[in-house]
Amino acid sequence: MPTVSMTVNGESVSSEVEPRTLLVQYLRENLGLTGTHVGCDTSQCGACVVHVNGKSAKSCTMLAVQAEGSEVSTIEGLADGDTLHPMQEAFRENHGLQCGFCTPGMVMSAIDLVQTNSDPSEHDVREWLEGNLCRCTGYHNIVKSILAGAKAMQG
Amino acid sequence: MNDANNKWIGKRTIRPDGADKVTGQATFGADTTMPGMIWGKVLRSPHAHANIRSIDTSKAESLPGVKAVITSADVTNYSPEKSVILGIQDMRWMTRNVMAREKALFHGHPVAAVAATSQKIADQACKLIEVDYEVLPWVVEIDDAIKSDAPILHEFIEFEGKPSNIAGTLEHKKGDVQTGFEEADVIVERSFTTRPVHQGYIEPHACLVSVSADGRATIWSSSQGQFMVRAMTSMLTDIPQSSIRAIPAEIGGGFGGKTIVYLEPLATILSKKSGRPVKMVMSREEVMRASGPTSGSKSTVKMGIKKDGSIVAAQGTYYLQAGALPGSPIRGAVGCAFAPYDIPNVHALGYDVVSNRSKVAAYRAPGAPIGAFAVECVIDEISEAIGMDPLEVRLKNAAKEGTQAAHGPVYPRIGYYETVEAALSHPHREIPLGKFQGRGVASGFWFNAGGESSSQVNITEDGNVVVTTGHPDIGGSRASIANITAELLGIDYKRVSVLIGDTATIGYSNLTGGSRVLFASGMAVTDSTEKVIVSLKERAAKIWDIDPEAVDWEDGYARPAGANAGMFDPLSLEELAERATETGGPIGAGSQLNTAGAEGGFATHMCDVEVDIDLGIVRIIRYTSFQDVGRAVHPSYVEGQLQGGAAQGIGWALNEEYIYDSEGRVDNPGFLDYRMPVCSDLPMLDTVMIEVPNPKHPQGVRGVGEVPLVPPLAAIRNAIYDALGIRFYGLPMSPPVVLEALEQGEAAE
Ligand code: FES
Ligand code: FES
Repeated sequence: MPTVSMTVNGESVSSEVEPRTLLVQYLRENLGLTGTHVGCDTSQCGACVVHVNGKSAKSCTMLAVQAEGSEVSTIEGLADGDTLHPMQEAFRENHGLQCGFCTPGMVMSAIDLVQTNSDPSEHDVREWLEGNLCRCTGYHNIVKSILAGAKAMQG
Repeated sequence: MNDANNKWIGKRTIRPDGADKVTGQATFGADTTMPGMIWGKVLRSPHAHANIRSIDTSKAESLPGVKAVITSADVTNYSPEKSVILGIQDMRWMTRNVMAREKALFHGHPVAAVAATSQKIADQACKLIEVDYEVLPWVVEIDDAIKSDAPILHEFIEFEGKPSNIAGTLEHKKGDVQTGFEEADVIVERSFTTRPVHQGYIEPHACLVSVSADGRATIWSSSQGQFMVRAMTSMLTDIPQSSIRAIPAEIGGGFGGKTIVYLEPLATILSKKSGRPVKMVMSREEVMRASGPTSGSKSTVKMGIKKDGSIVAAQGTYYLQAGALPGSPIRGAVGCAFAPYDIPNVHALGYDVVSNRSKVAAYRAPGAPIGAFAVECVIDEISEAIGMDPLEVRLKNAAKEGTQAAHGPVYPRIGYYETVEAALSHPHREIPLGKFQGRGVASGFWFNAGGESSSQVNITEDGNVVVTTGHPDIGGSRASIANITAELLGIDYKRVSVLIGDTATIGYSNLTGGSRVLFASGMAVTDSTEKVIVSLKERAAKIWDIDPEAVDWEDGYARPAGANAGMFDPLSLEELAERATETGGPIGAGSQLNTAGAEGGFATHMCDVEVDIDLGIVRIIRYTSFQDVGRAVHPSYVEGQLQGGAAQGIGWALNEEYIYDSEGRVDNPGFLDYRMPVCSDLPMLDTVMIEVPNPKHPQGVRGVGEVPLVPPLAAIRNAIYDALGIRFYGLPMSPPVVLEALEQGEAAE
């Protein structure tokens, strides 16, 4: 079995994995980071979005070995101690979730959006989120949360 | 309870589980692991319909790493001849749904299951199971299933004296429709179809089960009811309920689809056989193929109206797909269809039709959107025929307090009329529309539900509060319970923790479903909290040595009720908690209720569409929901229900459908081809909450979760007519369908 090494939420990790292990499986099953979710088999839902070298990526679409040497961050790595990341706080305060299953992926995607576009419009947010499904909210409060989170991140 | 003085009820407080959900700490169905855990996997039928002659599991069993293999022989059997009712389910069907017994009834039907040390070995083991099938003719569409020469799924089901795929009927009658139609100036009769759609929760079904050496099972799973999981698992495994502890995981959406079990009994049997904890997680493809969507349907609705706008007669016939085993939601279709209206003569009839599809499960107001779609489309047409605004027609015929509904009850105070009034006077209605844009309206009803709920309210030693209820929180119910408890106790909501108990730690509580949770658990929590307040007053009375009647509870303090009671400094909740031992011991109270009085919910939706006539794409450009919500205990999560329901309705109306191939297999078992609305498909979804408090609930709560899926289908269809002048009679109104209609329209010109 190949060995894979990467940095996850600032800590270096190294393990032997089956070559076909997906990054999402590695995070969830090997590292116990279950905040990254799996909602589909076809890369549509975005519940699994993490950051790889600072950019959002669907962790179900890449193999763990493809992340060799990368900096990976997951939803668990965002908060600074007990201070939530501004985007997390925005989702919490604006009720940007019902069941919350899509939330980690939404938050990770949204942060990447704001990194690329610091002052997104509603339209920008909606276009950006095409790869993140939510079945509960009709996206209304998610869009509101992201607009508020974008402001707070500039803050 | 006086609104203006409410401190917490009606406030947008931060939900108790908010931090866990935004940090990834929340534990969903697939997130629990155990030492020694192995993986379960289901082998599914490759045929739509087949007799199972035999199953040989020996090769799979001898594969290294395989710890257990099971078939229907391991699952408790119930004879198909006699019903075994559990809630709204029948366990003789449930046992056949979790594992095919005599026959495989749909493509994807479980026929065996394995547990192995890795997912890969479990996959390999499934391939080594040899099933001898006798392939049978199959049928998936209603029209084919009710033909006289249709392949029969179950010989023991008879209709009109012959084996049939019609498994049941339901009829509601009021007045005499024949006479009614004679009075009408205009009669319109139309036929409609809707396609089966999936609830589409993003979290696939998942569970972990550990059965100990003494036969006790612990189940962690994502469901809409840990007590349902316990009861069904017990009945399918013969383990007594007292030996099963079902622990609810956080649930990643359900919308009705997680009100039955699929994996839990199988994982339990696999764990018992292997002596290891077993985890099972469905793939999205398995969810789409083998868990319940809602019914597809065909229907015919006929309505008669007088020139003055009074609807005098209404008749509806509905055929609903049950999937492979009986039990489609005909009650919702037939009972809700005409429920918003006061019509003197009504006849509604529903047929439950089995075919070789996965067994349907509840989906948000089960059956009601199907019932309403046909009726609300016909109302649009009769309104046009007499030249009256469709909202005015609805207002004129609106059911009110005292109206006798065709499905039985005489309504108490309800808020349907108010939803139409609000729509009539809303600015949305005044916004001018452009070319290929149109506006449509429709209304809807759902019964709502009460039933069993338990709660426990405990005061901690430091004077804070822990509330435990028995309902999985699917859309923010913990936040609402915190508001209610804080309001009653007069303390900051942040001092109230709300937890969901498991089957061993809280009393029986029925499903999270039917829009019953806040209604019923709100009652149970109110009852418990009121008992706690009585106890707090008694303790203060003891300390002051006065009569408990002479103590008031106000803003988190016990106070003497007046000058006559004596002059004492108020005692806070903290002080009383500190002195609990000397005043009688721990402070807390439980409540176990069978609640009643969950009165119906009504909504009216207004929707603007724009049609791209080159691509056939219908875009929703504006959407407003008007709903009688009783009392919005937490407005954000009430609005969330309205918005989420509208979005699901938009998907159902415009894109979602199960497509079957020529072998009777689902051809689009994933989010790639089963297209649910994405963020860029939708506008902001406006909501108008109308509060007509339910007189039978301490906080005035009415269920709010189901109704929002009832009106959208027709509201969108009516809007498309307004935009294009084309009336559709089937769903979804997807781009190819719209394009074809546009082309035919051109050809006709
Ligand atoms: S799990 Fe659905 S996109 Fe990755
Ligand atoms: S909140 Fe449930 S899927 Fe988004």
